[in-house]
Amino acid sequence: MKKLFLITLLINLHAGVWAQKYFTKTGHISFFSKTSVENIEAHNQQASCVLDFATGELQFQVLMKGFQFQKALMQEHFNENYVESATYPKAVFKGKMKNPATVNLNQDGVYTLEVSGELLLHGISKPLTTQATIEVKAGKVYAKAQFNTKPKDFNIKIPSAVRNNIAETVAITVDAVCMPYTR
Amino acid sequence: MKYILYILLVINTLPIMAQENELDKILAEGDSGGKNKEYIEAIFKGTRLINGQSAKLTHRGVLQFMISHRFGRLNTGISEFFGLDDATIRLGLDYGISDVLQIGIGRNSLEKTYDAYFKWAFLRQSKGSRAMPFTAVLFSSMAINGLTFSQPELENNFKSRITYTYQLILARKFSERFSLQVSPTLLHRNLVATRQDQHNVGALGFGGRYKLTNRLALVGEYFYVLPGKTADDFRNSFSLGFDIETGGHVFQLHLTNSQGMIEKFIIPQTTDNWGSGDIYFGFNISRVFDLKKRKSP
Repeated sequence: MKKLFLITLLINLHAGVWAQKYFTKTGHISFFSKTSVENIEAHNQQASCVLDFATGELQFQVLMKGFQFQKALMQEHFNENYVESATYPKAVFKGKMKNPATVNLNQDGVYTLEVSGELLLHGISKPLTTQATIEVKAGKVYAKAQFNTKPKDFNIKIPSAVRNNIAETVAITVDAVCMPYTR
Repeated sequence: MKYILYILLVINTLPIMAQENELDKILAEGDSGGKNKEYIEAIFKGTRLINGQSAKLTHRGVLQFMISHRFGRLNTGISEFFGLDDATIRLGLDYGISDVLQIGIGRNSLEKTYDAYFKWAFLRQSKGSRAMPFTAVLFSSMAINGLTFSQPELENNFKSRITYTYQLILARKFSERFSLQVSPTLLHRNLVATRQDQHNVGALGFGGRYKLTNRLALVGEYFYVLPGKTADDFRNSFSLGFDIETGGHVFQLHLTNSQGMIEKFIIPQTTDNWGSGDIYFGFNISRVFDLKKRKSP
């Protein structure tokens, strides 16, 4: 009985120490649309990100209303007319890293991994594969990625009057500093 | 001892049971879960509903140039090309000092009137913690008649040109599509046409919009003037129109029985009658300029 108790206790302690998960609430996600008429960019500093190096799974989640634009009216239109934030408040990426075991979390280093998964935006889920950079530095994980998306793929309609102002392909940049996650 | 063991076992197995959506759970921790206060944006598309003010303000650092234009009455017939020969116009500039304070000036061709106002949103509809169910805006304006005095031989005071308006706008965005506002209004006219006319005019404004699509909305506006004489053959103002939004512009197309485009005209001085076809076709066009670029993070 006592042994069983000790084992259980040990498992309990062990689970807390074994940090393979990295987490942040202040990830930075931005997008950039470049046309000859104007450049539009918006930044969100409140992305939640979690990376699990044991399974290779990772998730990113961001509130659409948290994107900050240079022009207030653009931000209003983005939420009201384009991504319809009241109906679809979040964008979520759920994916998997390829060969997560190659990352040595106990030593500083830079790795390039392939990440593939599903991006849910504006109520539409699309597969996405991209190269991500994982940098381990002083116990933190710096996750970075850049990829392109098309508003059209996510059924985000752009009226003809502003077609020249909004690029067909929008570049998305992810930059998150994740801390070890302990329960 | 046994109980503690059971408890420990249960605690141990909990995360295992939740294994498949563990990452979801971790993410949920970072999620405010709608607890943070969030202001409801864009109750209306335009800072004006049609003729009167809406509960919407321009954003901070945004300068809005607005052209409001009314043609003549539809029932003037072919000789006046159904009103299109005639024009009444207001040119206006609005500026957002902050997200809750807006000032503006305008020049009306009707009675060569200048106007200046401020609009202060002292309550903003929000959701989350300490949610506010509606937006409340205080509006105050001064209109100065610019006509030459009709009887220059009499003693004329500058103050007799002035009309003041005080308005409380209460508005709520009920859904993404549907918004309503009620606006109790008090006007003070320093000079009135006859002894019977009231200096102080009370009115109750009602307005609403329904979004047909993301960029097109149906808008209506009605001012009920409290009993009392304000003008000969006076009518309540009623207007119906569409808001069309493209990029930095809002186009508002409407039909109304008010010729003027500020409170001084629309509330006590509307004399035209929908029933007899005294209807003005008109439009408001606004264009915004961002004078203060927000710093990109």
